[in-house]
Amino acid sequence: MNQISPLNRRGFLATVTSTAGAFSLGWAVPAEAQTPAAVAQGVEVGIWAVINPDNSTIIRIARSEMGQGTLTGLAQLVAEELDADWSKVRAEYIAPEENLARSRAWGDMSTGGSRGIRASVPYVQKGGAAARLMLIAAAAKKWAVPEAECTTANSVVTHAKTKRTLRYGDLAAEAAKLPVPADPALKKPADWKLVGKGLKRLDTKDKLNGRLVYAIDVALPGMLNAAIAQCPVFGGKLVSFDDALVKSMPGVRRVLKVDDVSVAVVADKWYQAKTALAELKITWDEGPNAKVTSASIAAILKEGLDAKDAYVGHQYGDATGAITAAAKKIEAVYATPFLNHATLEPMNCTALFKPDSVEIWVGTQNGEASLAAAAEAAGLKLNQVKVHKHHLGGGFGRRGQQDYVRQAVSIAKQMPGTPVKLIWSREEDMQHGFYRPITQAKMSAGLDAAGNVTGLHMRISGQSILSYLIPSALKNGMDPVQFQGLNPDEFGYLGIPNLRIDHAMRNTHVPAGFWRGVNVNQNAVYLECFIDELAHAAGKDPLAFRRAMMAKAPKQLAVLEAACAKANYSKPLPKGVFRGICQFAGFGSYTAAVAEVSVSKKGELKILRIVAATDCGYAVNPAQIAAQVEGSFGYGLSATLYSECTIEAGRVAEGNFDTYEVARMADMPKVETVVVPSGGFWGGVGEPTIAVCAPAVLNAIFAATGKRIRSLPLKHHDLKTA
Amino acid sequence: MTAVNINGRVHQVDAAPDTPLLWVIREWIGMTGTKYGCGVAQCGACAVHVDGVITRSCQLPLSAVGKAKITTIEGLSKDGLSHIVQQAWDKFEVPQCGYCQSGQIMAAAALLKEKPKPTDADIDAAMTNICRCGTYPRIRQAIHAAAKMIQA
Repeated sequence: MNQISPLNRRGFLATVTSTAGAFSLGWAVPAEAQTPAAVAQGVEVGIWAVINPDNSTIIRIARSEMGQGTLTGLAQLVAEELDADWSKVRAEYIAPEENLARSRAWGDMSTGGSRGIRASVPYVQKGGAAARLMLIAAAAKKWAVPEAECTTANSVVTHAKTKRTLRYGDLAAEAAKLPVPADPALKKPADWKLVGKGLKRLDTKDKLNGRLVYAIDVALPGMLNAAIAQCPVFGGKLVSFDDALVKSMPGVRRVLKVDDVSVAVVADKWYQAKTALAELKITWDEGPNAKVTSASIAAILKEGLDAKDAYVGHQYGDATGAITAAAKKIEAVYATPFLNHATLEPMNCTALFKPDSVEIWVGTQNGEASLAAAAEAAGLKLNQVKVHKHHLGGGFGRRGQQDYVRQAVSIAKQMPGTPVKLIWSREEDMQHGFYRPITQAKMSAGLDAAGNVTGLHMRISGQSILSYLIPSALKNGMDPVQFQGLNPDEFGYLGIPNLRIDHAMRNTHVPAGFWRGVNVNQNAVYLECFIDELAHAAGKDPLAFRRAMMAKAPKQLAVLEAACAKANYSKPLPKGVFRGICQFAGFGSYTAAVAEVSVSKKGELKILRIVAATDCGYAVNPAQIAAQVEGSFGYGLSATLYSECTIEAGRVAEGNFDTYEVARMADMPKVETVVVPSGGFWGGVGEPTIAVCAPAVLNAIFAATGKRIRSLPLKHHDLKTA
Repeated sequence: MTAVNINGRVHQVDAAPDTPLLWVIREWIGMTGTKYGCGVAQCGACAVHVDGVITRSCQLPLSAVGKAKITTIEGLSKDGLSHIVQQAWDKFEVPQCGYCQSGQIMAAAALLKEKPKPTDADIDAAMTNICRCGTYPRIRQAIHAAAKMIQA
C-alpha cells in the first residue's frame, strides 16, 4: 500500500521574482491558478493528480519538457485513466527534493533516450486509475451505494440509478483520505478517449509572448551574474589569472576560480561580466592534448577499421568467409564528425548558497542528477538542496550532464547569501560540450551471382560514449550503446545469411555525450547508405532489394512500405527529381523515410520533400509525434548538410553559428509524417526518426548525381555533374 | 542615463553606450522575452522591431538606438496572444522548446507587414532565424495562414 497524506501544496510553490511574474515552475501559470489560496486548496489524490475545488486537475510531471511534448503526453496518460475533464487539466513539475523526500514516489526524473513517456507508462497510468477509484469510493460512501454502480467522465462521478452526480472537486478531500489502490485495472486501448488523440499542447501559449520563464530568465532579489571561461583544451587546467585590469571594470564584483579548469567574473549584469572576462588575463596549462587535431584523430580511427581488437555486437554465421567466397565483393568506408548539441538556450544555472542549504534554478534533463550535483558542489547533504526546474530551451541530451550546475554552485558557494546566475556564452557552449562521438565504419559485403547479399561485415571504429561518461556501464570493456539500431531486435536485414557487426573502440580526449538519436544517426548512415550501394551493385531497385532481406523484420518492413506508399514509390517522379529511401529502428520504435531531391548541374541541392513513417506502438498524441518527426529533420538536416566540430590544437575550432552552421528555413523541405502505430508496445518518439534523415537524403543524391557521399557534412562535397 | 523607448514606455538606463540593446532590454529593463542565443546576429533569438524594422538587438549598441521606438515580443500585442502571428502560431502549434519563437514571431510579424502575402521564397529570405527543434515547416505554414487571415 502506497498511502500518502495530502500535502500542503504551498510548500511546493516557492515563488521567484521574475519580471514576468511567473512561478518558478518554468512556465507562467494560467491566470486562474495564480492566487496562492486557490492553489493551496488543491488536494492530492494519489500522487499524480491534485484536484482543485473548481474541478480543475493539476497533473504532476516528473520528466522534463524541452519541446518534445512529453508534458502533454504524460498528462494525457494520467487524465485518461482518471477520467479528468481535459479542458481543465494543467501540468506542473514535481520538485526533485519532493521526489527524494518521498522515497522517489514519482520514479525516475531523467529525461533522455526517448523514454519520457514509454518508461513512465506503467506507473502514471496506474496513478490516474488509482485516483479515479479513490474518487469513486468517496462518492459511493457518501451515497451509500456500491462502487461498482458508479461511473466517471469529465471529472464527475455519476450514479445512474439514482441520477446523482458529484464533481471530483467536491470529492477530493474525502478521496484523499482513502488508501491508494496498489494495482488498479487499466482501460483497454479501445476505450481510450484522450490517449491516441492529437490534443493541443498544454504549454504553447506562454511561448508566444515571451512570458515563459526559462532558467536563463530567472531574476532574484540581489542576484549577480557570472560569465565563465573554461580551459579551451580538453584535459587542460587553469594555472592562474590576473584580475588587476578587470576588477575596476563597470559592474564587476568578483573574479574567482570556479574549479581546476575554469574561472568566472561575477558582475551586476551578465553583459558586464562577459565584457570583463574578455579582458581577463588567464594562464592555462593546456595539458597533453594540445597537439591533437581532427586529422590525428581520423588516423587513429582509420587504424581501427582493420584492427584485431574489435568486439562483436551482433553476429551469426560466418560473414568473413561468405564475403571472401562471394562472386562480387563490395567495400566502402564512411565517416561522421563530432557534433555539438547547440541548444539555442546556452547552458546556465542560478544558485543561492547558504551555509545550510543550496537552491538552484535550472533547465535540466534530470532534476535528481542536478540535485545531487548541487549537493556535491556545495558540500551539503541531499536534503539540503532545492531544485527549481524550468522548461528547457532545448536539451537534445546536453542538459543530462550537470557540469554547469556544479559550476554555478561552486561560484555561489564563494558568495554565500547572494544568488548568482551563471550563463555560458555561445562560444563556451560550443567549445565545452559533450559531443556526438566521432566514428568511421568499414562496410564489406558479398553478393552472389544473382545479386543476393551473402554476408555483411560492419566494422565501426571510434569513440564510445559510455567509456567517457559512465565507464561503470561498460560490459567487459564493451559499450553496448555503440550498436544502437543494429541489435537483433532492431536490425532489419536478418535475411542476410551471414553477419558480423563489431566495434574497435578508439577513444579521444574530446568529451563524448548523448546527442539526440545518440548512435543511431551514425549507424544508420553507414548501414542504410551501404545497403543502397549494394542494391545498385546488384542492379536492383532499392526497395525490392531491401524487402527481400526483411521477412524476419516485419515491423521494419511495414514502416518502410508505409513511407514508400505515402511517397507513391511505384510511380515515376517528375523529370529532375530523384528519390532515396531508408529505414532504421531504435529507442523501441521503427522509422523509415523517403527523400526527394533535385541537384542542378552546378551541384546545387534542393531537398524537395521528405516522407517519414514512424511506428511507436501506441501513439499517445499523433499530432505531437508529427511535430517531433518534422523537427527531427530540422536537427537531422543540420548534421547532414552543415554541422561539424573540428579539432585544432586540442580544442573545438568552431565557436558560434557562423562556423557551426545549422539548417535554416530555406534548407527545410516539406515533411509529411505517417504515424503507423501498430499497437502492443510503447516506443520512443523524440529521437528515432533522426536516424533516417541523412541516409534518405544521401541515397537520393546518389540517384540524382551518381555521387556516393560517404562522409558528413555535405558542405565538403561537390555535387557538380557538369 | 540614457532614455530608451520600449513598447511605448521610456526607460532611463545607466548602461554603457556600447551595451547591446539585447542586454539593455534583458538586464537593465528586465524584460526577458527577447532571448540571447549567439551574440553575433546569427540566430535571431534577440530580434526586435526598431521603428518597425526587424533588428537583431545583440548587435545594436545602446548609443545607436537614440529616439527609435523599440517593440519587443512583450509589446507585440496587448494580451500577448491577439497579434495575427501569435494566433497563427497557436493554431499550428509552432513552438516546441519555444526559446527561438520570440524572435521568429517578431521576424514573421515584420515580414507580413512588409509583404502581406509572402511567397515561399520571401519566407526563405526573411525567416533566417535558427530553430534547433526544427519547427521550420510549421513556421512556414503559420505565416501562410496568417497571410490568409490578413486578407480575410
